[in-house]
Amino acid sequence: MAAERAKADSQTETWNDPDAVPYIRIENVTKKFGDFVAVNNVSLDVYRGELFALLGGSGCGKTTLLRMLAGFEQPTTGKIYIDGVDMADIPPYERPTNMMFQSYALFPHMTVEQNVSFGLKQDRVPADEIKKRVGDILDMVQMRNFAHRKPHQLSGGQRQRVALARSLVKEPKLLLLDEPLGALDKKLREATQFEIMNIQDRLGITFMVVTHDQEEAMTLATRIGVMNHGQIVQVGTPKEIYEYPNTKFVADFIGSVNLFEGYIQEDEADHVLIASEEAGCPIYIDHGISAAPGAEVFVAIRPEKLELSKTSTGTGHNCTPGTVKGVAYMGNLSVYLVQLDSGKEVKISMSNQRRAAEHAIDWDDRVYVTWHANSPVALLS
Amino acid sequence: MSNRLSWFIILMLVVGFIFLYGPMVSVVIYSFNDNKLATLWGGFSTRWYPALLANDQMLRAAKHSLIIGVVSATFATTFGTIAGYVLARYRKFRGRTLFSGMVTAPLVMPEVITGLSLLLLFVAMKDLFGWPNRGLMTVILAHITFTLSYVTIVMQSRFTTLDISLEEAALDLGARPLKVFMVITLPIVAPAIISGWLLSFTISLDDLVITSYTNGPGSTTLPQVIFSAVRLGVNPSINALATIIIAVVAFGVVTSHILMTRAERRRQRDIQMALQSNK
Amino acid sequence: MAAETVDHSPLPLGRQIQHILVKLGFRPRTAVIFVPYFWLTLFFLVPFFFVLKISFAQTIIAQPPYTPLFGPDSVPTHELLDNFRRLFQDTIYFDAYLTSLQLAAISTVICLLIGYPMAYGIARCAPSTRSLLLMAIILPFWTSFLIRVYAWMGILNTNGVLNNFLLWLGVIDAPLNLLYTPLAMYIGVVYSYLPFMILPLYANLEKMDVSLLEAAADLGCRPIKAFFVITVPLSFPGIVAGSMLVFIPAVGEYVIPELLGGPNALMIGRVVWNEFAQNRDWPMASVVAIAVLALLVVPIMFFQYYQNKSQERAA
Repeated sequence: MAAERAKADSQTETWNDPDAVPYIRIENVTKKFGDFVAVNNVSLDVYRGELFALLGGSGCGKTTLLRMLAGFEQPTTGKIYIDGVDMADIPPYERPTNMMFQSYALFPHMTVEQNVSFGLKQDRVPADEIKKRVGDILDMVQMRNFAHRKPHQLSGGQRQRVALARSLVKEPKLLLLDEPLGALDKKLREATQFEIMNIQDRLGITFMVVTHDQEEAMTLATRIGVMNHGQIVQVGTPKEIYEYPNTKFVADFIGSVNLFEGYIQEDEADHVLIASEEAGCPIYIDHGISAAPGAEVFVAIRPEKLELSKTSTGTGHNCTPGTVKGVAYMGNLSVYLVQLDSGKEVKISMSNQRRAAEHAIDWDDRVYVTWHANSPVALLS
Repeated sequence: MSNRLSWFIILMLVVGFIFLYGPMVSVVIYSFNDNKLATLWGGFSTRWYPALLANDQMLRAAKHSLIIGVVSATFATTFGTIAGYVLARYRKFRGRTLFSGMVTAPLVMPEVITGLSLLLLFVAMKDLFGWPNRGLMTVILAHITFTLSYVTIVMQSRFTTLDISLEEAALDLGARPLKVFMVITLPIVAPAIISGWLLSFTISLDDLVITSYTNGPGSTTLPQVIFSAVRLGVNPSINALATIIIAVVAFGVVTSHILMTRAERRRQRDIQMALQSNK
Repeated sequence: MAAETVDHSPLPLGRQIQHILVKLGFRPRTAVIFVPYFWLTLFFLVPFFFVLKISFAQTIIAQPPYTPLFGPDSVPTHELLDNFRRLFQDTIYFDAYLTSLQLAAISTVICLLIGYPMAYGIARCAPSTRSLLLMAIILPFWTSFLIRVYAWMGILNTNGVLNNFLLWLGVIDAPLNLLYTPLAMYIGVVYSYLPFMILPLYANLEKMDVSLLEAAADLGCRPIKAFFVITVPLSFPGIVAGSMLVFIPAVGEYVIPELLGGPNALMIGRVVWNEFAQNRDWPMASVVAIAVLALLVVPIMFFQYYQNKSQERAA
């Protein structure tokens, strides 16, 4: 068991291993519906045992991509390989994939047990083996006691687990999940997220999740592919995506962000200096970017990486004065809306560590907004 | 919303329902009239009912009607289910507009036209191939054609509201398309298929005009017999027959209504319990 | 763990055949579409061409009773349109048309006036009452049309239920002549087609969001006005569907004028039948049928357009 675990850990970064063979390979796939381009020239490699999340707003093409993997849609151009096999002519019922549908799609006229055993029956698995495997999987999702119920006799969370069991029982090479937690309430979502991660860890099946919920993607996924207008704009671990977004779109889509327009003054190997009228002070970043001096850039800084103080740091950069225009108390943290002297409004969130801060900052206070030199990210687009 | 209906609406409902049911009630009452002149009350009697059973012509006609109804409803339901599926699921194919036109047009097409055109087709076919002779066969063909539309409409709306991901899930789990249709789609839409069958059966049973055009001499149907009797005026044995028909239909409709309401109530209770049970 | 093996075995035969068929343009769905398509083309569309063909022929005493379109016995070219000329020359046809249209139109309006409040009332009832009332609307639909028309004969007869009742009340001294009058036809049509008006209206009104009326009230609109500016416009598709379902079949109605209208009630459906059955003039019956169809093409298209639109919206 311990050895298994270690192996799994060594596999966790397969995408950085140049020798690793991708398990799912999507090659220049485009899907058009009439004139509408749903998926635009997407290429993506996913490795064995990953839990990959496709993240994007509605209509970004993520569901179409998932449906092409399942075989419900055919790519207009491009190829999809699963475990080295070209999927072009393979209908859904012969693919090594299973899908958990957003609506769960539980067969209303069948019991939980009949639903879960449906896939195995199609493969003509012997009856006693079906019985055992269905029993095991229902145990795993804690639904054994409900085996003889019909879907309408189950709550939303229970249905979700039956749907998961049904798609897992055939041990597919690739499990596709379409907004798996979409229909659940917040408390249940959190519990289920960890359940899915657990199951994925235990069975070692490759998961592909489609979601519009960035929090869900961040918690679940080993890697995230952010989609916009049919294209994948960035692929990376949740941390990479959050800390080093590569475009304004990604920075804005994942979490909340303050953006400052500016241009590059100095670009050295160990730092960049960016002049920004909006920020009201030069921005100093402690790592280089490769861009021509004078190039226009956008500097993104997360609200939690900004600090507020009543005194200036006096360094001349990464510190800008402003006035507090609003305070939103949210329990674990407070969000301040500060209007900089340049006129730009920024959001700053600070955690409420103490119950009543002594030097509380309030409406209309004059403040300085400061940040650390490694906090900002300079974006070229 | 406070659910108070205005006096006007309530009055209209009462008057409307009296209007709908009054004539039927009067037929039922007069079927127990002893007087041969069916409109004058001559005391209570059930003598018209046994007389009905002794009427050979009427029994034979009823048998013809039932055969036509069962056969044509079965075929119409089969074709109509397929047609409904096609219209609901295949959003684009060549000739779709013509197809949906041919499906809905018979619903409103005056029967005299449908009947005449089918008759002329059968006559031309007879001329060319020596088949079919006018009789049960031609009536069945005609009835399939015009009841098919009703089934198609019922099935089309059922299929459009059916979650397509149920079928996709079955495909995804390894069932081939035909199997998906048989094991998933058909059982789920079965209630709609049954009501489609009943609908086409009743319409077929009731049809007079199209039958009159396409029928031959040896296979007179019940509506044809009734029609030729009532053309001459009110007739006590027709009253009795009408009462039987009304009773059968009322029994069927009310029973199915009760069963459906009960099933729905049970279902709602299950859903409520599932929601309350736990997470 | 064993290395993954890639399956290189050839495709099963069934799949290969399927591939070839698909390449040739025969997909499984083509076969599915074919069956009902073929049936409707053969038994619904093609017959109209026969009607068209025979409308040019002339009556002869033979089996079938009309001349062939081609060959030695066919109609001379200059006489081809004779039947259509007769349609316009003989006033009986034109009169029958007008009476039919008038009957259908007025009956449709009456059905709408009775049916709308009823549908509205049912849609606004408590759910349990609603399904009961709905059942009561559908029930007559399942009983025989013929029987329901016949029922009025007993009521409208000179010594029928209604006359007896009115005499008993003392409203009249002598029985009224009700049966075999235009009034009887109107009653028959309205009575028979009323459920066809109520059902689409109900389906439409039931779906309407009640909060729209609450919003209107909140914005200061009185209930009666809200009914006319919110409810009625929104139920327009239901009104169209219901009216077409009453109007179109009523134009060609045969049974009702035959049973309730008396021998002088010339309706176009009856003319077609009489030409066909009594005069054995099949060509003339065809001509009149074509004329009825020409008249109804616009409303039928209108109906279809709305039918498709509502189907699309449901999808």
